[in-house]
Amino acid sequence: MSSLHVEPVETGTTETDQRLSSNSEQADQKSDSFPRLSTILAVLLIGVYFGIVLTKSEVVRWQRVHDMFLFKEPFMYLIIGMGVVVAGVSMFLMKRLHAKSIYGKPIEYKPKPFHTGVVLGGMIFGAGWAITGACPGPIYAQIGGGAWIAWFTLAGAMTGTFLYAWLKPKLPH
Amino acid sequence: MTEFIMQPWPWWFSGVLIGLTVPLLFLLAGKAFGISTSFQEAGAMCAPCNLDYLKNHPWRSGIWTLVFASGIALGALVAAQFLSSSAVEFLPESFYSVGGAARLFIGGILVGFGTRYAGGCTSGHSITGIANLNWPSLVATIFFFVGGLAVTWGLGNLIFGGFVQ
Repeated sequence: MSSLHVEPVETGTTETDQRLSSNSEQADQKSDSFPRLSTILAVLLIGVYFGIVLTKSEVVRWQRVHDMFLFKEPFMYLIIGMGVVVAGVSMFLMKRLHAKSIYGKPIEYKPKPFHTGVVLGGMIFGAGWAITGACPGPIYAQIGGGAWIAWFTLAGAMTGTFLYAWLKPKLPH
Repeated sequence: MTEFIMQPWPWWFSGVLIGLTVPLLFLLAGKAFGISTSFQEAGAMCAPCNLDYLKNHPWRSGIWTLVFASGIALGALVAAQFLSSSAVEFLPESFYSVGGAARLFIGGILVGFGTRYAGGCTSGHSITGIANLNWPSLVATIFFFVGGLAVTWGLGNLIFGGFVQ
């Protein structure tokens, strides 16, 4: 499992991609290029869909997250569980049927590797999730939905990202 | 039907729709569902940064993560303004204060740092990762809850004093 030590950065450029680098889907630093317009539009629409679902399901509410961690109600566990099952069955079917994206590329999941950060970073994120009542998706939803105070959460998240970028060479991975 | 849409959606309906985001993104955009990479993306777009983690990020192809984030914000706006019969309470009123803003900022630092250190969040690890039977994602998810439960049960009164309704 040598792939477990690979950095979780999108790579995998083929010769064909480099030839068509102006609209290749995946790219590394050397041949990094913008996604094609149809991809941008599809992502935007799926984002809108996901934002509506996040809001209507109430997983964007601090109270729901708090009640989840208090074991007050099974609501969040049921939603996440159902999401995992549906996503899992979808992945199974797509792999089984050798489904391709609309660009004709095979559906490929690049495994996220295990390292110390999965444990330490996981705990740190969990703590932040409990305090802010928002994982990254809901931060954007809270802001878009009109909870302007959530800009502080996003400002914090960006600060945390820079902090990680700065400390990364010193952290165990 | 209208009544159903305007009320908060039941868990099974929401769960199915959240799960479907994974195949939708794979099939229609060729992308793996995940949101916290958008923080790295936003960081990578800041030109003066000389940190390897941001400098080496392919920000042009990665721009889709910010488009996705903008879509989420837009979708939440649509849902809150046009698809809800009563106002959506995202954060309790008590967060709209200096102390509340400070808590959100500090918690936000933990979210940004933690998700980037862990290599993903609830979407990339818990949903996409576990759905692909990627065991490190299951480990990550377990530790998301270890951290969240520790804070809620251990430091609850200290952090949430006056915030729990």
